[in-house]
Amino acid sequence: MKTSVVIAGVELKNPVMTASGTFGSGEEFSGFYSLSELGAVVTKGVAREPWPGNPVPRIAETRSGMLNAIGLQNPGIDLFCRRDIPFLRQFDTKIIVNVCGRTVEDYCEVVSRLAEEPVDLLEINVSCPNVKEGGIAFGQDPRALQNITKEVKKAAAQPVIMKLSPNVTDITVMAKAAEAGGADAISLINTLTGMKIDIYRRCFALANRTGGLSGPAIKPVAVRMVYQAAHAVKIPVIGMGGIKDAEDALEFLMAGASAVAVGTANFMDPFAAPKTAAGIRQFMENQGIEDIHDIIGCV
Amino acid sequence: MKYVEDSRVIRQEQLSDGIFSLLLQTEKIAAEAAPGQFVLLWCSDGSRILPRPISICSASPADGTLRLVYRVTGKETGTEEFSRLQEGDSLRIEGPLGNGFDMDLPEEEHLLIVGGGIGIPPMLWVAEAAGCRKTVVLGYRSTPFMEEDFKERTEENDLWIATEDGTCGTRGNVLDVIRGQGISADRIYACGPKPMLHFLAAWAEENGIPCFVSMEERMACGIGACLACVCGTKETDSHTNVRNRRVCKEGPVFRSTEVEI
Repeated sequence: MKTSVVIAGVELKNPVMTASGTFGSGEEFSGFYSLSELGAVVTKGVAREPWPGNPVPRIAETRSGMLNAIGLQNPGIDLFCRRDIPFLRQFDTKIIVNVCGRTVEDYCEVVSRLAEEPVDLLEINVSCPNVKEGGIAFGQDPRALQNITKEVKKAAAQPVIMKLSPNVTDITVMAKAAEAGGADAISLINTLTGMKIDIYRRCFALANRTGGLSGPAIKPVAVRMVYQAAHAVKIPVIGMGGIKDAEDALEFLMAGASAVAVGTANFMDPFAAPKTAAGIRQFMENQGIEDIHDIIGCV
Repeated sequence: MKYVEDSRVIRQEQLSDGIFSLLLQTEKIAAEAAPGQFVLLWCSDGSRILPRPISICSASPADGTLRLVYRVTGKETGTEEFSRLQEGDSLRIEGPLGNGFDMDLPEEEHLLIVGGGIGIPPMLWVAEAAGCRKTVVLGYRSTPFMEEDFKERTEENDLWIATEDGTCGTRGNVLDVIRGQGISADRIYACGPKPMLHFLAAWAEENGIPCFVSMEERMACGIGACLACVCGTKETDSHTNVRNRRVCKEGPVFRSTEVEI
């Protein structure tokens, strides 16, 4: 039985990875299971300099979901390269580093810095709704997206995944823009911009006022967008958005995703990601599926 | 080590208006827990996706039981769901998490234990585990709870109560008691609402008393991955590389002078 998939020439033993921002650099979850059980670990976004993130409260629960406005707090690329990459290298899994920045130059500098590092893929975060500059500003304008993709590609030694925002009118326009800019793959969806009001305190639930909605609540939106994007471009699509188990992950694979990421579900159950990988294998066994590619994009 | 278990409810009782005491049978969590640590509890209602962080009130490593005292935060909340649990029910739990209070104190040290509101329960185990001289000051809005539990673990005249409405003990807050009674100590351990911790920490600093506080913040993962529950620090933290620390991982107990309260 073949569960491995290839993204931009990088072979993942199974199609399950972690979604950026929900998994740190894996250290906190390695106390529960071996990260070698995962196809890849996607790290929390890292920038050129350390970022302090947003004021608290940074999260709020909503029905079947949560809002977050962490604000891309990160220790900066220097400490990340010294500490987090060597940690992840201990495991038999692929390393995907998520990169964030405020300007095109910021992104390119981090990407160049990673050229010498033993990482497998880069994921470029142009879809964070919680920071004022950079982030989503690049992810909502197709020309800006195509341009930053092109610039990042020039600076990058590893294949580049562009992570897209769902906060757009037509996801296929953005998917095509990333492809035209030279992206090796795209990943989607990032969170949906939302808001929650505390009616007793008459204030916003988050200090940032708005936050990104994630969790099971957004899954149908994500499956739809992954399906649309997969049919719009030739490059591989990595699907995410509300995946909590193998059944959810299989929907994305059948919609056309070549791999999937488990995000908020890591908080619902620390074992969610390896359980999803094991569940896909079990499903394939039960259904007599020899190769996972037989179900990718099958609908 | 931290574990995820399906614990079993031994019993649950209501202590006061909205305050519940839950006794759980665990496999490993109770055996490894320490005073000041916390656990995560999952709701059975899947639409409440995040686990609820609850401080450990006390644990018995010998029989594997864990006592949690918590407040129901409102209608249709996770804590309301927990309050309906009965003997024999199952409850998914993760822990023990975070760093608690240092209980390795010299016998001659005088420890001042301060609890406010729903920050009172974790201080019970601190009072029990402290082998040194201790004074306990508890602050409530109104009618006290767990008063008897604390009486059993303190010497006579070493337990003080403050209530905001004057129902019991001193009318006012914990600092009114501390100042009014001229209480001093070599060290302070405290858990409670932020304003209480703020003024207590200021008082401790004025008087040159080392003060350790248990902080609270909205959290998602409870293990240090999501960076939701940070608190500001005076110095750059070695893990985050910025001036904040994770309440769930480096905390919840911090030295009062290193964090912004």
